[in-house]
Order: sequence, then structure tokens, then C-alpha cells
Amino acid sequence: MNDMRHMERAVRVDTTKIAARDVQVFYGDTHAIKNVSVDIPDKTVTAFIGPSGCGKSTFLRCLNRMNDTISTARVEGHIEIDGEDIYDRRVDPVQLRAKVGMVFQKPNPFPKSIYDNVAYGPRIHGLARDRADLDGIVEKALRRAALWEEVKDRLSAAGTGLSGGQQQRLCIARAVATSPEILLMDEPCSALDPIATDQVENLIHELRENYSVVIVTHSMSQASRVSQKTAYFHLGELVEYGETGQIFTNPQDMRTENYITGRIG
Amino acid sequence: MTDATASGAVPSGAGQGSLLAKDQRTAKRNAAEGRFKIYGLIAVCIGIAALVLLLTSILTSGLSAFRQTTIAMQVTLDAERLDPSGVRDYDEMAKVTTFGYAPLLRDGLQATIAAAGIETELDPGDAMELISDESVAQLRNRVLNNPDLIGQTIEVNVLASGRIDGFYKGRVSYASAELDSNISPEQLQLAEALEERGALKTGLDWRFLTAPDASDTRPEAAGLGVAIIGSAYMMLIVLVLALPIGVAASIYLEEFAPQNRWTDLIEVNISNLAAVPSIVFGILGLAIFINFAGLPQSAPIVGGLVLTLMTLPTIIIATRAALKAVPPSIRDAALGLGASKMQSVFHHVLPLAMPGILTGTIIGLAQALGETAPLLLIGMVAFVREYPDTPLDGGFFDPATALPVQVFNWTQRSDPAFVERASGAIIVLLAFLLLMNLTAIFLRRRFERRW
Amino acid sequence: MQVSFVLLFLAAIGTLAFVFARHRAIASVDGDARRLHSLPTYYGLNGLIVSLVPALALLIGWMLLQPLFLERAIRGDLSRAALREGTTMSLVVSDVRRVADGLESGLLAQDFTASDFAEATPAEVGAMLMQGGTALGAPLTQPVLDAAKDYRATSRTLRWIMGIAVLAVAVIGAAIAIHRSEGTFRARNVVEKGVLALLMASASIAILTTLGIVMSMLFETANFFSQYPFTRFFFNATWQPSFSGRGGASELGILPLLWGTLYISFIALIVAVPIGLFSAIYLSEYAGRAFRSVAKPAIEILAGIPTIVYGLFALITVGPLLRDAIASPLGLGNSASSVMTAGLVMGIMLIPFVSSLSDDIINAVPQAMRDGSLGLGATKSETIRQVIVPAALPGIVGAILLAASRAIGETMIVVLGAGAAARLDLNPFEAMTTVTVKIVSQLTGDTDFNSPETLVAFALGLTLFVITLGLNVLALFIVRKYREQYE
Repeated sequence: MNDMRHMERAVRVDTTKIAARDVQVFYGDTHAIKNVSVDIPDKTVTAFIGPSGCGKSTFLRCLNRMNDTISTARVEGHIEIDGEDIYDRRVDPVQLRAKVGMVFQKPNPFPKSIYDNVAYGPRIHGLARDRADLDGIVEKALRRAALWEEVKDRLSAAGTGLSGGQQQRLCIARAVATSPEILLMDEPCSALDPIATDQVENLIHELRENYSVVIVTHSMSQASRVSQKTAYFHLGELVEYGETGQIFTNPQDMRTENYITGRIG
Repeated sequence: MTDATASGAVPSGAGQGSLLAKDQRTAKRNAAEGRFKIYGLIAVCIGIAALVLLLTSILTSGLSAFRQTTIAMQVTLDAERLDPSGVRDYDEMAKVTTFGYAPLLRDGLQATIAAAGIETELDPGDAMELISDESVAQLRNRVLNNPDLIGQTIEVNVLASGRIDGFYKGRVSYASAELDSNISPEQLQLAEALEERGALKTGLDWRFLTAPDASDTRPEAAGLGVAIIGSAYMMLIVLVLALPIGVAASIYLEEFAPQNRWTDLIEVNISNLAAVPSIVFGILGLAIFINFAGLPQSAPIVGGLVLTLMTLPTIIIATRAALKAVPPSIRDAALGLGASKMQSVFHHVLPLAMPGILTGTIIGLAQALGETAPLLLIGMVAFVREYPDTPLDGGFFDPATALPVQVFNWTQRSDPAFVERASGAIIVLLAFLLLMNLTAIFLRRRFERRW
Repeated sequence: MQVSFVLLFLAAIGTLAFVFARHRAIASVDGDARRLHSLPTYYGLNGLIVSLVPALALLIGWMLLQPLFLERAIRGDLSRAALREGTTMSLVVSDVRRVADGLESGLLAQDFTASDFAEATPAEVGAMLMQGGTALGAPLTQPVLDAAKDYRATSRTLRWIMGIAVLAVAVIGAAIAIHRSEGTFRARNVVEKGVLALLMASASIAILTTLGIVMSMLFETANFFSQYPFTRFFFNATWQPSFSGRGGASELGILPLLWGTLYISFIALIVAVPIGLFSAIYLSEYAGRAFRSVAKPAIEILAGIPTIVYGLFALITVGPLLRDAIASPLGLGNSASSVMTAGLVMGIMLIPFVSSLSDDIINAVPQAMRDGSLGLGATKSETIRQVIVPAALPGIVGAILLAASRAIGETMIVVLGAGAAARLDLNPFEAMTTVTVKIVSQLTGDTDFNSPETLVAFALGLTLFVITLGLNVLALFIVRKYREQYE
């Protein structure tokens, strides 16, 4: 399976989806992100790796302005998606987040039925004309998240009753149901067992067909399995960014090499 | 693409299209968001407005209770009338009732009117209605306690009657006096004339805080003395009983109690008692303490016991929280040095939890101070004019009343002047509560420890 | 013997036991305290506990049981004497007790001496008592006077025996403790066991209180139902206690009272729940720091205000305002006290209660849930309405039940704001009354304690207790289940 991914890696020509320039993030007095500039291509899986507390999750949360919900957080610099500054005053974060979906570290299904979980996004954004339409969207999203076969007979059961891996796939289905263009994943497998992790990784691989996926991960092997591009963060700085193969086999920076060879935890 | 989003027809993305242009649906949703926020703001404002209205209503109608209209005059204490026996013996003098004293004040008032050069058509008896009946009794008490005054001419500052007092506090007007059998416009004119000459004044008067209650017809003399003492006695009893019992119970439950049915039963009972309506505690007090144990009605001891039982759950809950906040490492350190469990708790955990316990106790006491319903059932609404003795002389068993009950008592009287008294009593009650809560906040700020 | 004397003696014995036990322990090791098993103080404390605790327990037990024993004795005495028409045994018994107390306090105040009443006729004794401030329900009769004298004599004797017995127990305890104070005696362990028992006894007071509440009400309620059929109490739709006669003519149906209680509580909840819930949401999700630091304490102040203050507010401000502004112009009624007045004011009282409970509950919903919704592009209000509130619903329902239980048990606001007329009516501007109001009025009136008109208060109290207990247990159960879900 890994071979297939490596073959595909070369196929696409990169078009830039997200362009970040000189991004700084402060939490109160803490300078969490320092001068990060990066271009994230479309229809690619980009992995952010680095030791704990290096700012990779913080940077990810800048991309759909989830940091707005933390009152002490302050973001400086430019982030453009499709050439539009997402921190422009005219941009409504609500609209932005519909375009940039997010999957979180811990599966967080709502305490509702499986159906209502997936239908939540389409409902608030008004994507469905009628019930049948909504049914279609839900089914498509669940299929895309490779969960349909497992849950199609119990759509009205509680989402919280599923297993951990199923819950995370449900959250992915919930995110893709609004048809975002970008999918942000914040360590989506850290709370899952190896089998569930494998399922989610397969899914990420398929999602690349339609979305630009940005994934934060702790596991270097996961980064090498699922991503085409990799960015290495260290103490709030972007140390190195490039093709996944190149980063893992021939890192340019000493710090990257230390991390990859296991000298920095 | 933009069109597709606007119509919402195609299950493409909601966020497709430019981020800089707001689509209609987002605008609508933002409007809903704004409305929701405003509902919240309105709710908060209603809450605050209710508080402001409540406090202004009480303050405007109650502050005047601390002001009192008085008339200054000279009274000649005629020995012939007050002590015919001439031996200045208390028992002999006590035979002269208030009827013997009233003429003295009447004459004093007439002299004052004459000296001020006021022309009035009122006969001396009607003019006398300017003066509170209570003043006569007060004069009598003063003379009885100090027989040397007899024969002298003394300066007295007597209370004006309730209607005259009301005239200066806006309750009574010339129009209302026309219809009122207790006061006439001529009497009001006389009062105004006296005021011009400086004989009649309305000013601050602390007698409201010290005087005992007065009868239905003398609202101007009714005070909070007995109620404040009664409340203080009850608070003392609650403090002495509830604090040690509450702390002991909390220590047991938090530090020693084994996990068993009995412990569960205690826990369930405490959380339920915290939510039992207060009036039920009154029924308990009536049935157990008065009917069964035979304790006297209206006594602070019974009120104190009932309030203790009511306050215990509050104190226990606060104390347990305070004990829980002490980190286990402190206990481990003490145990590690070979202290027994009991020593580790009493020497280390309890002192550290003390600020929290005191805060909880003060809040419990504040709750008890404002409680009314249970006290009604154990007879504390009774009309009590005698100050209870000091606790050492058995004062806990003397009839007394309590601040909130006194408020209730006054609301049940017909003269509107008692509304002012009741509101004034509430101001006193709230002042005490404020003081207690500030103490609690001070304690928390001063001694709060963070681990 | 006066109880205070007994206590004084006990204190002395306890102190002596402390001093001697400690001294003897130190002496037993030739003054070298290091050779003692426990610190010297523990030997002293052991003396104190062993001498005082059993003695105090005996004292309390005796004082609780003596009235019961005496009452039995009086009943035995009196059954021989003929009871007059129109009185009951318990009435006479209470008269006897009152006479005996009056004699006792008269003696204490030195109004008269024991020889004064030994030979006096009942009428003379009655007059003596009147002077001492003891009022009697009926003119004193010979049997009652005899019984009272008996009662007084027996009670004096018993008090003496009690005093001697208690002191004897204390002395024996002290002797044992002092005797045992030797170097090898494990004083600390014994003392700690004793203290633990005291702690446990303190904790058990909660159970005793509940037991006391239930027993006292059950007992008198049974008494009530023996005089008044319970079907009429629960199903009769009229409340009309007769003031003149005893029993018979009174209609004591609880339904109109329950109706008033529920109607007022309902209005209170209609006011308190939306306002409380919305202010909790606003303060925790939207308000800026400065606004919150002012508004939150302001709303909490409402919770610290005693209910009598709300009652007065209803009486002097809200009631007249509602009457003049709404009820009278619309022809809905002319009463200042009404269901609406009481409900509105009670609603205000409950706002902080609902709001602080909801605040806790909303904060218990994990942040991940909010993030999940916001990450999908939901607005804050959509997140609150569609994710947080449904997730918090069980907790909120629990909070509302607790608030309802408070509203049902609230007394002062309804006493001052709702009126006293028992009525089954839908018009909220009419005065109605509640269970709690009637408990107060039936128990503070001048009626005879053993008439159904008074005893009904206990049945009302028990009903109230059962309803609120049920609501509380249900609410606590729901809230606990809810919290477990997110732990």
C-alpha cells in the first residue's frame, strides 16, 4: 500500500491552496508561533510534525481561525486561501470554517444520533433542499468516511455509542458533509488503536482526491505513510518544509535530522 | 459557483465562493446570532434591574425609620402628683400610672405653645395628640428610675405621634388629615407652627435600633432592640453548636468514614436536608423542642436549635470542600513522620482548611439570620417588649423575637407607618448580612491558599 | 437539682480527672515522659472522655425520657378522676404540665412559698398562677391540681436521682481512667477511638434530624387522620376551617392549596428559567470581562437576600403596582396580593438559583463539543442551541426541578404576596393561597393544639415534605447521572 502512495506522490502538479506569510501567534505573553511562512498545495496531504508544544497545532488552528475562540490568542501576519486574506475584516469565520473543515484530536461526536451528527453541518449551512437531499448528503459523507456499511442500519443510534475508530470516522464524515475544500486534522489518530488508525489513514489517503488535507501528527511513520509534503516545526518556528520523501531521507536542517532519528522527543 | 451556493441547491460546499463576500444565508445567521446575544443581555439586565428596584423600594420606604420627629419642651415634675406619699419609694411611686403623668406633658406642651406665641384653637387635649402616647410611658420610666428628678423642671425631647411623624415623612398631608380621625388639619398647622419656632424637629434618631417593639397604635415608638438581641442570641447558639458539630461531621465523612451503607445514608441525608423547605424545620422545632422536650415558646434557645439544624448541611458542605482542597501530600507528610491519622487531621489538615471552614460558617450564619418561616412556627412572632436577660441569667430561655420575624410582625399591622418600620428593619438586616458577607470575602482573600 | 449545677459539677470532675490521670501516668514512669506509650496529654484526655462522655449521655437520655415517663404517670393518675365534657386527655395533660411549671416558676420568683399552695383551693391557686403570668385554658379543678402537685413532686425527685446518678457515673469513670493511667497504657489509641466515635455521632445528627422531621410529622398526621378522614383531606376541593367549634364543621381539603402552590410555582418558573438560563449563557459565553465582573456578583446578591425581603417587596411594591397597572384597569381583580405578585417575585428570587446551576452545567459540557461545532462553521448561538443545550439538557432539567422544589417550599413570599383565600381559580390576579401559608396560619393561630384545624398543618407539612423530597431526589439523581456522562 505504501508503494502505491509513493508512486502517486509525483503525479500532481502543485497549485497553492493556502499561503501563509510571517505568521506570529501570541497567547498572552507567550510567543507561540514565530514568523512562519508556508505554501500548502491543493489536493495534497501535508503533514506538520515536531515535538510536543512546538506550535504545530496552534498553526493549524490559525488556518480556520479556531484561535478566535481563545480570548487571549492574538494572530499577526497573512494567511491567504485561494488568494483571499482570511484575517480580513470582511471575512466571517463562520463562512471560513465551512470552507476549511476540521477534525480534532479526540473524537468528539455530539450527543445526538449518527444521522444528526453528519447532518449537523449541512443543516446549519442550509445545503439540503429537502429531506431526501439531506439523506443523500449524509450517505455520501458516511461512504466517503468508509463508515456507511457499518452504520447504515442504525443511523438513529447515538453517535457516542460507536467505537473510538468509528467515532473518529464519524467526525470525519461530519466534516466532509459540508463539502469543505480544505480538511484540517489535529492528530486524528492519537486516541485510536492501530486498527482504527489504519482505517483512518486509508481514509485520509482517499480524501486527497477531493481536498487539500493538512494533518498534524506525532507519529513520524504516520507522516511518511500518508503525506506528500511535510513541515517540521520546532519551538514555534518552521524549520524545514518540503517533499515528505526528502524530509525523511535527506533532511537539510540539523534539528530535523535529530528529531527524525529520535534524538529530540 | 457563487450562484450554486446562494441557491443552496447543489450539495457543493457551503464555503465555496469568495470569503470576502457575505452570502445571504450567513447574513441571516449572523442576525440570529445577534438576536440571541441580545436576549441574553436583556435577561442579565432584567436580573440587575430587579435587584436595583428591590433595593430602591426598600431603601426609599425604610430610610426614614432612622429619622424621628420630636418635640422639645420643659416639664415640671410635680411632686404632689407623682409621689403623694413623699417617700420616693419605687413601689409607692409605681402606683401612679401613666394617667398621672399625661397632664404634666400636656401642661408642658401648652407652656411651649404659649412661650412660642402660637395662637391655636385646639384645646389642650387635642394639642396633646401631637405627642406619642409612648412618651408618657417613657417619662414615667425615667422618673421611676431616677426619683431625684421629682420636683424639678426638666428638659424633655418627646416623640411626636405617628401621624405628625408621617406628616414630615410624606405619608400624611392636609388632604389625608381631613379624612383621618386620628389627626386634623389644625393639629398639622400647630405642628408646622412649632417647627417654625424650632420646638419641633425631624432628625436622625437611633432609638429605632434600641427601643423595644411598641403596640399597634404607636408605630413611632416601635424599635428593634429586642429583635436585635434575639437574633444575636440565636446566632450565638448557632455558632456554638453548628460549627463544632458541622466540622466534626465533615472530618468524619471526609477523612474517616468507611465506604458503607451507613456513610451513604448520612451523605444522602445531608444533601436532602440542604434542600428541605425551611418551614419543615419549623414544624420539627414545634413538635420536638416545644411539644416534646417542653422548651418554652418564643425563646432564642428553640430558634437557635432549629436554625442550627437548618444551617448544619450548609456548613458541612462548605467544610468538606475546604478539607478536600487540602492536598493529600500534606496528610502523607504527617503520616510519614509517624503521626496517627487523627493527629495528621487535627494538627495539619484542619488548620489549613480553617479559612474555608470559617467562610462557609459565616455564609451559613447569614442564611440563618435571614430565615423567617421556621421561627414563626415556634412562636417568635409574639409581641415582646421586655429585653431578654443576659445569656448567663438564662436569657436564652426568655421570650424574644428576631429581626426577620419582627419585619413580618410589622407587615401584619394596619397602620401604614409600620411599612416604614418594616423596611427600616430590613435595612438593618441587610446591613448585618452585608457585613457578614464582606467578612467572608475578606477571609477568603486574606487566607486563600492555592496549591 | 438544677441541670446547670449538674453541668458545673461535671466540668469540675472532668478537670480533676484530666489532671490526675495525667499526673499519675507521669508518676508511673518516674517523671520520664519519654517512657510513656503516648504523650502525657493523652492520658489526661482519656480521663476527661471516660468521665464525661457516659455521664453526659446519661444526662441527655434521662432528660429526653423523663417527660415521657411523667406524662404516663399523669395519665394513670387522671384516668381515675372523671374528665369533664368537652376536653380531651391530652388537653388536660398539658394543663397539668402548665400548672406544675407555673408553680415551679412562681416558687423560683418567690411570688409564693410551697406552703402557700399546699392547702389552697384550686381557685386560689389559679389566681396565684395568673399573677405569675401562667394562663390556663380552663378553670383549675381539684384532680388537675392534685395531678400537678404530684407531677411537680415526682419531677423534683427524678431530677435529684438524675443528678446523683449522672455525677456517680462521672466519678466512677474518672476513677477507672485514673487507675488505668500507667506507662504501658495505650492512651492515644483509646482517646482517638473515643474522638472517632464523637465525630461519627456528629455526622449521624443528619440522620437524626431527618428521622425527627419524619417522626414528628407522621405522628401528628396520624393523629389528624384519626379525627378527619384522609379521603376528604386529599380529594375535597374546599378549604374552610371552622373557627368556632372543634372538628366536624371544618372542610380541610388540600386541593385548593395545592393548586395555589403549583400555580404560583409555575409562574415563578416561567419567569426564572428563561431569565436565569439566558443570563447564565450570556455571562459565560458572550459577556466581556468587565461586564461579567459587575453583572455576575449583582445577580448573585439576589441569592443572598432573605426571603422576607422579597416578601416585603411583593407586599409594598410589586403587588400594588400590578394591581394598579394591570389588574384593575383590565377588570381582573382588585387584590394587591395575587398569584401573579407572588409568582413574579418568587421568580426573581429563583433567577440566581437557576442561573448559577445552569452555569455549572453548561461549563460541564466539554470544550471538545464546542470546538467540534465551531469547527464545522456553526455560529456561537447555533452551537449553544443545537449542541450545548441539548447536551446539557438533563442537567438543566435537574436544575429546574430543584428550583421547582424551592418554589413549592417557599413560605415568606407567599405569606406576604399571595393572600390567604383558598381558591381554585385560573385568574392569576386573584389572591390564592398555598400549602406553606396554611401551615403558618394554622400553627400560629389561637386554636387548640389537638383540634383537626391545627393538626392539619402536620398533614400539610408531610405532604410538602414528600413532594419536595421526591423532586430533590429525582433532580439529584438526574444531575449525578449527567455529570457521570462527562467524567
